Amino acid sequence: MSLEDASLDIVPGELLAVVGENGAGKSSLMNVLYGLYQPDAGTFLMDDKPVRLKSPRDAIARGIGMVHQHFMLVPTLTVAENVVLGREPTRRGLLDLDRACDEVAATAKRFGFHLDPRARVDTLTVGSQQKVEIVKALHRGAQVLILDEPTAVLTPQESDELAQVMRGLVAQGRTVVLISHKLKEVLGVADRVAVMRRGRTVAEVRAAGTTVSALASLMVGEGSRGAALTGVPAASGAVVPDAQGEATSGPIVLDAKDLRAKGDNGRPALQGVSLTVRAGEIVGIAGVDGNGQRELAEVLTGLRSLDSGEGTLLGGPLKGLTPALAKARGVGHVPEDRLARAVVKAMTVEENVALGRHRQPPFARGPWVDFKGRRERATRLLSTYDVRPPDPTVALQALSGGNQQKVVVARELDADPKLLVVVQPTRGLDIGAVAQVHARLREAKARGAGVVMVSLDLEEVLALSDRVYVLYEGRVTGHFPRKDLDERELGRRMLGAESDHG
Amino acid sequence: MLEVLHSLLFSTLDAAPALVFAALGAMLSERAGVVSVGVEGMMRTGAFCAAVAALAMPTPLAVLVGMAAGAAIAAVHGFLSIRWRSDQVVSGMALNLVAMAGGTYLLESFFGPNGTPSITQLSRWDLPGLPAVPLLGALSGHAAPTYLALTLPFLFHLLLSRTPLGLRLRAVGDKPHAVATLGLSVSALRWGAVLGGGMMAGLGGAVLSTAVLDRFEQHTPSGLGFMALAAMVFGRWTPLGAFAAALFFAFGNALRIGLASSAPWLLDLVPQGFLLALPYLLTLLVLALQGQRGHAPAALGTPYEQESR
Repeated sequence: MSLEDASLDIVPGELLAVVGENGAGKSSLMNVLYGLYQPDAGTFLMDDKPVRLKSPRDAIARGIGMVHQHFMLVPTLTVAENVVLGREPTRRGLLDLDRACDEVAATAKRFGFHLDPRARVDTLTVGSQQKVEIVKALHRGAQVLILDEPTAVLTPQESDELAQVMRGLVAQGRTVVLISHKLKEVLGVADRVAVMRRGRTVAEVRAAGTTVSALASLMVGEGSRGAALTGVPAASGAVVPDAQGEATSGPIVLDAKDLRAKGDNGRPALQGVSLTVRAGEIVGIAGVDGNGQRELAEVLTGLRSLDSGEGTLLGGPLKGLTPALAKARGVGHVPEDRLARAVVKAMTVEENVALGRHRQPPFARGPWVDFKGRRERATRLLSTYDVRPPDPTVALQALSGGNQQKVVVARELDADPKLLVVVQPTRGLDIGAVAQVHARLREAKARGAGVVMVSLDLEEVLALSDRVYVLYEGRVTGHFPRKDLDERELGRRMLGAESDHG
Repeated sequence: MLEVLHSLLFSTLDAAPALVFAALGAMLSERAGVVSVGVEGMMRTGAFCAAVAALAMPTPLAVLVGMAAGAAIAAVHGFLSIRWRSDQVVSGMALNLVAMAGGTYLLESFFGPNGTPSITQLSRWDLPGLPAVPLLGALSGHAAPTYLALTLPFLFHLLLSRTPLGLRLRAVGDKPHAVATLGLSVSALRWGAVLGGGMMAGLGGAVLSTAVLDRFEQHTPSGLGFMALAAMVFGRWTPLGAFAAALFFAFGNALRIGLASSAPWLLDLVPQGFLLALPYLLTLLVLALQGQRGHAPAALGTPYEQESR
């Protein structure tokens, strides 16, 4: 049940933003507008006439286009092929690719995009892929363009560019519906903002007449969950910039030089990465998705073997590291995809808490499971980490994503790691959970752990990191101590610009 | 020497069509994202139905019956894997087992263990002028399927790479959600590919019992379906690649037969079982050498579910 009693008015020629926490039903509502989901009840009027959208085909025919959060592009096809798919130009029954390329180039040009119609989509940057998505919708004559979390994966520069594109479309008389949870950004670009909470539309305000914090409290609902959010000013969600942030002089826990490793596809993913991490600091790894961050985290946790490179990790060589060795030396790991790598969703919460340490006290006594010890430890952790429900015997999959993540963080921190590797620690979490996870990472740092945090969320990186490395195509293109952190500069480096300092 | 080569080529071209058709059929289904392990069972069904039908009607018509039978088996696979989203490998293997056991049961119930009564084979065509030319002469004197097998791969290539339908098929095998958001029907495309693939596999089977042999035998198609799958993989899921691989495997088969007949002394050196296993060993070797399946359609084997992305 992700939508109950949601209403939305879309006025032609305006930029409407729909905001809400994760799980508030934004994407579901948009998928209904696009004909992907069928509503159980309710009406949909277009130009005051009731309309039923049975499939995206109907939506497209009525001039509705959608850019999905996860791009709906076929990576092995070219830009032109992706754009014309489903309405291909033909000549004597055969695909007329030349005409397709011309048509696509013309559409792109008309809206001010620079795209090579013959380029294969998987060779494009994320920002360009998004343009392909937009062109795809416009090419089908979209008058109403829905964009679902379009800036989640973009650099600041690309986001600015997208904002201009959206304003440009509105200026041409088209309607843009922007779904986002980045409030600051929304207020910068939208005319009107609709707020969703728990499947309902709870408010509609003019962007000019409101503030970030007003929107934030509408999003989470006054009173209801205010307690969980105490002390969380809504910068644009839940990210609290760190006030302190002096360079630490703790002992070096990780010293790596010239790491090289291949990605899953066999191509080089790390091409000479060097970094150091000291005890008591959070080192952020910034970059556009797919530039080696994931592989770096896997190397540090023993999940991926190195092709070459030197390094010491907690007193032992980095070469030949296995997950068991990493764990034994004190590496904690909060992986990106928790369901694939951190938990077994069908097992109970307490079993998941014991995972990885299931042979040690208090989870085991000799060869046997220590049920009592495990229950006690799990219960304590659930209350310390505010996991809801605080019941160690329920299946983990019964918990919300945020609470699952809290279980993972609780388990990893309970082992008192000396080096903590976290990847996208707050992806998909709601505001309250984000704040809590961030607080835990700071705690780990205060206890003297070195923390390596890979995040695609630049705001998160900026808020938590004492130092930041920027990865681009498997290389470090920037290294910033906290005092030199600058969003623009980070963004430039994320796109591959290098400079002599750093 | 030339003579040996000529006869090797000739028997390669005689044996190739079944493999080529089955490999193309499997490729069609898999490019749309549906695993086609059941190709062996589809071939067996096609072979049986064509052999039986040929008892009552002209052989060319019986071949069409075989194609329809292959499509019917494929329809079961379609129901299981597209409609009910079951595991496609398990569904395919189950069909293989059903076809294996069902074929044997029907054969023994109606005709006895030695195969169906012999039928009129598809007629062979002599191409005027060609037989005189050295080597090229091997092209002459085959039944229609051989010539079809030499042209169809190019038509399939054209279909996949140069038609709107081909573009959609490729897209649906790599990213079905992208196709769905454009308002196209994922299941219609997949159904089409699976049924078309079944027809091709049925044709491959029918060729075995109407052109290569003149009956349905107990063990038909004795693993040719799996060899066709290997040809598809070796050919990187492309029509022309699968075609070349199928020819290569057919050549291996011809080589085995040729060796056994032209060099009987070989049988004293190596056990006959080894010679019989040669084409399959060749298949294994080729697959092992090729390594990872980096060229498979990205969504191969993944049932399409609208709400999961």
